[in-house]
Amino acid sequence: MPITQAEVEKIAGLANLELTADEKDLFSNQLAAIVEYVDQLNELDTSAVKPWRHQSAGEVETSYVARDDKVEPSLGQQKALEQAPDHDEGHFLVPRVIGG
Amino acid sequence: MNSSIAELHKLYAAGDAKPSGVCREALDRIEKDNERLNAYITINRESALKMAAGMDADIQAAIKQRPLAGVPVAIKDNMCLAGVRTTCASRVLGDYAPPYTATAVKKLEEAGAIIIGKTNLDEFAMGSSTENSAFGPARNPVNAELTPGGSSGGSAVTVAAGHIPVALGSDTGGSIRQPASFCGVVGLKPTYGRVSRYGLVAFASSLDQIGPLTTNVADAARALQVISGRDRHDSTSSNAPVPDYLGALSGDIKGLRVGVPPECFGEGLDPEVKEKVEAGIRKLADRGAEIVEVHLPHTKYAIAVYYVIATAEASSNLARYDGVRYGFRAEESRTLSEMYRKTRDEGFGAEVKRRIMLGTFVLSSGYYDAYYEKAQRVRSMLAGDFAEAFKRCDVIVTPTAPTPAFKIGEKSNDPLAMYLGDIYTVTINLTGVPAISVPCGSSKAGLPIGLQLIGNHFDEARLLNAAYAFEQS
Repeated sequence: MPITQAEVEKIAGLANLELTADEKDLFSNQLAAIVEYVDQLNELDTSAVKPWRHQSAGEVETSYVARDDKVEPSLGQQKALEQAPDHDEGHFLVPRVIGG
Repeated sequence: MNSSIAELHKLYAAGDAKPSGVCREALDRIEKDNERLNAYITINRESALKMAAGMDADIQAAIKQRPLAGVPVAIKDNMCLAGVRTTCASRVLGDYAPPYTATAVKKLEEAGAIIIGKTNLDEFAMGSSTENSAFGPARNPVNAELTPGGSSGGSAVTVAAGHIPVALGSDTGGSIRQPASFCGVVGLKPTYGRVSRYGLVAFASSLDQIGPLTTNVADAARALQVISGRDRHDSTSSNAPVPDYLGALSGDIKGLRVGVPPECFGEGLDPEVKEKVEAGIRKLADRGAEIVEVHLPHTKYAIAVYYVIATAEASSNLARYDGVRYGFRAEESRTLSEMYRKTRDEGFGAEVKRRIMLGTFVLSSGYYDAYYEKAQRVRSMLAGDFAEAFKRCDVIVTPTAPTPAFKIGEKSNDPLAMYLGDIYTVTINLTGVPAISVPCGSSKAGLPIGLQLIGNHFDEARLLNAAYAFEQS
């Protein structure tokens, strides 16, 4: 299945990626080759098969994942903000959201 | 150093070595070799030596209480160590220094290990050669023209070079086992849920698992013992009991049923690899194992399934890198959405972008059923293959990789060719079972070859004993 330039641009938009013209070109070819390879799955009749659902403990399902809904201490504001590229007065700082 | 944990502890017990001396020697060699092999992104010289010095006085007592006392260990640089830069070999993480430590790493520290550095990898563990690193490719210690495999290439290199006895890697589609095979060391991917993923930077959450790379099977058992178990920070970690893995290594495999699937010995397999793995199977038979033919009929679809599932999960997991809360932010954006796009464009390398694109595509409206849902159905069929096979055998043998190590640059322009090399390893992650790669000889050119043993869910004790018996033969 060929993947058009327009489709690549649409996917890049969904993925929040800004691709160069060269990258768009390269990816439309490479993605098409990979998708063509993946298309061999259509040889299989899967109508009677359920999609995989994760069993965290495999066949020995012994994992009990629920816990009490109790508030516990967490990182705290200062530590949570420490790694941010920009922050001010306890908030993450970003460029303006509306317009432009 | 090139010694095992047991040998190192023997030196400590006899008073012939101290942790600070052992760590200094390891660090000196790592720093010297790093120009050539590029195995490490970060070397924790000062903190490691300080911790080691603190252990010197009591080391003879400590080795009786803590299984990894005074053992220098490295971790792949996609695992968090509080306060130490964690890069995932990506520009997008910038100088990110996590405020917490991954559970598996914390367990190593509690067992007395000294974390001496963070190893090189393919960016976000996406790759099979450790070439996709923002810090440059790692190189194979056997021959520096060759890749060490990947994505846990740096961890395989440092163990193979004899710097340290144990390094942790992560395995999403073969990323522990394939580099172990390429570098001639042991690499174990535990059952999904055996080891907590808390603090392992997520690539594909239903496939990722942490495991050890070591010079020998007993050390893999020791390391697994330490890092296994339920963790309340990871709801997919299992509370299945953790047996005595080291104690399971009797070397006795009389009557063990070893399954051999012909689907894994056909087209695409290098003749030298085939010969060595088949010789390995004969060795297992010589030690009393019963060889039985089993079938994994859907193996040829595994790569297609894997690259749909893994990229879908990756596209979702990597949405978090947006330049807001941590890591790199592109400069001079006028709006928030422009900042997101520029940050991700400048921050991610080509392979990561390719996988985000593929994953976004297979999850997008109009394609979800045809690709993602279809792949999840075939994944169930792969799981059915293993369930059937394990009715007839206890462990399964295959090659780890279809070829020995390839040259740096050889496959970097052909992503599909690179992906096809993962044929024997990806099914293991898709179905959640454990597997180990053990060295089984070398090619005529002197390149290591790995034999993969696969076990049933949570059957690591039997799997490790089979690997141990093979290693002893």
